[in-house]
Amino acid sequence: MKVLVPVKRVIDYNVKVRVKADQSGVELAGVKMALNPFDEIAVEEGVRLKEAGIAAEVVAVSCGATVCQEQLRTALALGADRAILVETDAAQAETLQSLAVAKLLKAVCDKEQPQLVILGKQAIDDDANQTGQMLAALLGWPQATFASKVSVADGKAQVTREIDGGLETLSIRLPAIVTTDLRLNEPRYATLPNIMKAKKKPMDVLKPAELGVDIAPRLTTLKVAEPPKRQAGVKVADVAELVAKLKNEAKVI
Amino acid sequence: MAILVIAEHDNAALKAATLNTVAAAGKVGGEVHVLVAGSGCAAAAQAAAQLAGVAKVKLAEAPHYADQTAENLAALVVANASGYTHILAPATTFGKNLLPRVAALLDVAQISEICGVESPDTFVRPIYAGNALATVKSSDPVKVITVRTTAFDACGQGNAAPVEAIAACPDLGLTQLVGRELTKSERPELGAAKVIVSGGRGLASGENYHKLLEPLADKLNAALGASRAAVDAGFVPNDYQVGQTGKVVAPQLYLAIGISGAIQHLAGMKDSKVIVAINKDPDAPIFAVADYGLVGDLFQIVPELTAAL
Repeated sequence: MKVLVPVKRVIDYNVKVRVKADQSGVELAGVKMALNPFDEIAVEEGVRLKEAGIAAEVVAVSCGATVCQEQLRTALALGADRAILVETDAAQAETLQSLAVAKLLKAVCDKEQPQLVILGKQAIDDDANQTGQMLAALLGWPQATFASKVSVADGKAQVTREIDGGLETLSIRLPAIVTTDLRLNEPRYATLPNIMKAKKKPMDVLKPAELGVDIAPRLTTLKVAEPPKRQAGVKVADVAELVAKLKNEAKVI
Repeated sequence: MAILVIAEHDNAALKAATLNTVAAAGKVGGEVHVLVAGSGCAAAAQAAAQLAGVAKVKLAEAPHYADQTAENLAALVVANASGYTHILAPATTFGKNLLPRVAALLDVAQISEICGVESPDTFVRPIYAGNALATVKSSDPVKVITVRTTAFDACGQGNAAPVEAIAACPDLGLTQLVGRELTKSERPELGAAKVIVSGGRGLASGENYHKLLEPLADKLNAALGASRAAVDAGFVPNDYQVGQTGKVVAPQLYLAIGISGAIQHLAGMKDSKVIVAINKDPDAPIFAVADYGLVGDLFQIVPELTAAL
């Protein structure tokens, strides 16, 4: 079985994001970039399926500018076998939206014929939480989003999902789409020997036009603004003062 | 303009998030219809008919809608999408699972978790864990939108809109529900609670979490929440998690106990009216958003607070 793992280059989750003064977006210049944390979990799950003898090959895919090769190398260092970059120019990469990415990934799936595609449930930059579901729709495949447990057997996947009320377990027919939640696994660290090995693993480059996909954006960002700032309040000395403030000043109890 | 709101329900009753979504639809403007798809869900449809601003309820009943799986529901929504300029659902795990699938089938973008309506085609939504607000304009003929429920007050009730039965689509047979483990609680629902008592890693164990926070929550008639650290450590189940990737809440009072305040957690609670932080570390980032901070040992402070209420 082949597993495809799409990954995204995002601002590192430890970076405090700053809105640009002209409100055209957030500051990306000189900012540390990383593999989207949910996608790291997706790569780890694919690699574990391979280590368990269920998957034969794990292929990492990213859509975006040439620099996304860095994140694909990270995926390779974590254990993916090969990588595909669907390369756009830098300007296109900035306006690449979930629907366009889902269409690119569908074209890659048509070529690669994976049995399972594992994606992060959302990217921590635009927080959209869409690509996996959209890809499932375009392929006509079942989807199991927000997964905290995945097991594969007999042409089916059994997936436990984190939902608002608790947990839900679905049985879905393969080929299928799974999106990862935080507690699916704890990704390993890439070791130095594996980082070195990753440099020699194959990476194919495709262009959106070769895949016949129109990646024009459907949404225009008019502005990006700072949210209203919350002012730090006061420190209270003890429980008695806290209760008094909540009763008399805030009037919430 | 006509707007279709996808109701979230458990067949027996409407979920509160549907009321906020209908309110958001009202802000967009236009005739609002609500789709209730399920099995044995006539009561939920009647409840939807009572929501203020709703002109019509469409009821689709079939056994394969009972479990609310995205594949069958998306096909039904798309089959009934004609004539609508907007399709809305709450940005809950239900809506987030369903609407991107609907949007892709309609070949339109999906706009996630809006917190404001600027005009019928322009919306405000948080990005980067709420550290920035993006205003986005859609050029698609149909706007498919999930709604951040805490950003819109629930719609009123007392209406009596007609309920129209519509045909079900065939079962796609792609997905089967094996089972659900739903957290049972007598407490208010986290997303709709007026007061939330939330605990983090500082509680050190699940046993401490329950021993210290439950009596406090009982006194305040509060829902219980948690930071990711507390959920990852197994103190409480996943559905307690408040944050960027968990639930977004905005109660009247949020008590953060033993929570340091990572930006991912702040993203889920910083719109609360009043925030109280109790933490032993005076430099914890949670104090930067708290209205009232109390530095000290939570094991001593929390029982004292419970006793004082």
